[in-house]
Amino acid sequence: MSRVVILGVGGLGCPAALALAESGVPLDLLLIDDDVVERSNLARQILFREQDVGEPKAAAAARRLGAMHSQARDRASFRVDFENIRWSGSTGAALLRGADILLDASDNFATRFVANDACIAARVPLIHGAALGWEGRLLTILPGLTACLRCLFEGPPPGPLPTCAEAGVASPLCGVVGAAMARAALQVLAGKPAAGVLRRWEARTGAERPLTLRRDPSCACGILLPCPSQ
Amino acid sequence: MSITVKIPAPLRPLTANQSEVVVEGATVQAAVDELSRKFPGLKERLLDEKGALRRYVNLFRNDEDIRGGAGLATALAAGDRLTIVPAIAGGR
Repeated sequence: MSRVVILGVGGLGCPAALALAESGVPLDLLLIDDDVVERSNLARQILFREQDVGEPKAAAAARRLGAMHSQARDRASFRVDFENIRWSGSTGAALLRGADILLDASDNFATRFVANDACIAARVPLIHGAALGWEGRLLTILPGLTACLRCLFEGPPPGPLPTCAEAGVASPLCGVVGAAMARAALQVLAGKPAAGVLRRWEARTGAERPLTLRRDPSCACGILLPCPSQ
Repeated sequence: MSITVKIPAPLRPLTANQSEVVVEGATVQAAVDELSRKFPGLKERLLDEKGALRRYVNLFRNDEDIRGGAGLATALAAGDRLTIVPAIAGGR
């Protein structure tokens, strides 16, 4: 079984986890989130129901995924665990231990950059997904081979920026990006990754605009894992 | 020479909700200056107080990351497309 870690069980993490659980691929899922389900989450965080309000998201999502097809599956082909914990520089390495891939569906820049750095250090492939307003993003990062988040952006913006809860996000866009994250993860696990291209969706028009990224030799990932040409 | 600038959704309030605008400029810097004249407030979102590209914003000339080349001095040709890509974090 492949060990897949999903960081953030919200608008993106829910559809990504659902798509992976339904994929039929033998998976050992670890869901990580330190938040609890709020009523305002229910419109787009599709693993939760009204009765989950107030419960830890990771636990509620793991329970729902575990209950799906429980008669048809055995623990040799699908397992789901959870951690009600915040990913940080001090917790990330342990949470990533044994992982074949990380899906970053978190909602703040600090976590995203720390997760990026942990994946680079541990050489674990990273699926970066984001959605805000009408715009969605997807990037597959293969440490040492393709551009990382810091190759694209040198660092996080100063101060807090709007989250989905504050700025809004188109609910269908969460499904599009979350499912695309799952697809990207399965491509990596199958040895056929589509990495190094930043995919961007404009939900209002349905337009997709990919941008090809290059590794930045001056990026921390380039220093830790030098570009092959160097 | 005219180039097309693709405006991301978070910055469209500054461009009267236009998703793309046409400006004149022989370099990325000149195009950003022209953008600034047409749309007050936009330049501050792209460049810091020293005039350098902010660390959480990136610009692409066609499909080329300008940080990998000459940065703001990157030359532009008529018909080029300049895409503004700010970092977004939303996931929940």
